[in-house]
Amino acid sequence: MDLSLTSRDEGIRTVVGVGGEIDVYTAPKLREQIVKLVDDGRYHLVIDMEDVEFLDSTGLGVLVGGLKRARAHDGSLRLVCTQERILKIFRITGLTKVFPIYATVDEALAAQD
Amino acid sequence: MASVELRFSPLPAHVRTARLVAVAAARRIGVDEDALDEIRLAVGEAAARAVRRHQAHECDDPVVVSLSDEGTFVVEVSDRVPGSVDTDERPMSGSAGFTAVSGGDGVFPSGVDLAVIAGLVEDVTVTSGPGGSVVRMCWPLRPRVD
Repeated sequence: MDLSLTSRDEGIRTVVGVGGEIDVYTAPKLREQIVKLVDDGRYHLVIDMEDVEFLDSTGLGVLVGGLKRARAHDGSLRLVCTQERILKIFRITGLTKVFPIYATVDEALAAQD
Repeated sequence: MASVELRFSPLPAHVRTARLVAVAAARRIGVDEDALDEIRLAVGEAAARAVRRHQAHECDDPVVVSLSDEGTFVVEVSDRVPGSVDTDERPMSGSAGFTAVSGGDGVFPSGVDLAVIAGLVEDVTVTSGPGGSVVRMCWPLRPRVD
């Protein structure tokens, strides 16, 4: 299972749909996508992780890097995830305090900062 | 003697293979199904750490993953990078990990992989010496029904 990436704009926000496995091999592709979006002026990102089957610390590093990039432009990076096995790694690393995590894309899009 | 031993070139593409083999061996040896996700993640982290260490030290030797039944399911992930485990590579947990990662730009500092492993696996030891370092992790087996 490789990594699949889609993106669509919703107003000022861009929803990035991620599927498959985010690990030491595939994480660079996700990083490239996030960097490109920010370089293109898309500073408010919603990363939909509902189809992610595996996430390791390399993937977390990419998300943290994306958050930093977005915030450098007064942007944001929100996550959509309800899968317990994915949420567990955010909890272990303390990153639930760093990322706003929502249950649906609609909630992430509608949330006020 | 390991039940299964996997040797692979230190390339990120092979880390997934290590995860798949570890989960298949765990299932075969009799680890509870509930632990398989944890094994997938922990072995993936240990294998990715070994690959990163080899690449950082330009070491082309294979990474070795051994999987065995010693009354518990024992996984050893061995790299060939000599020396002690770096001071900044000691396992962190909780918000300590966050403090460390917030300084990076897309790449975690070394040690977060071990922090994840330490957070996941109760029985884990990391040893290192002149021949490299070994992450050893154990999981209990399902009680046998006679």
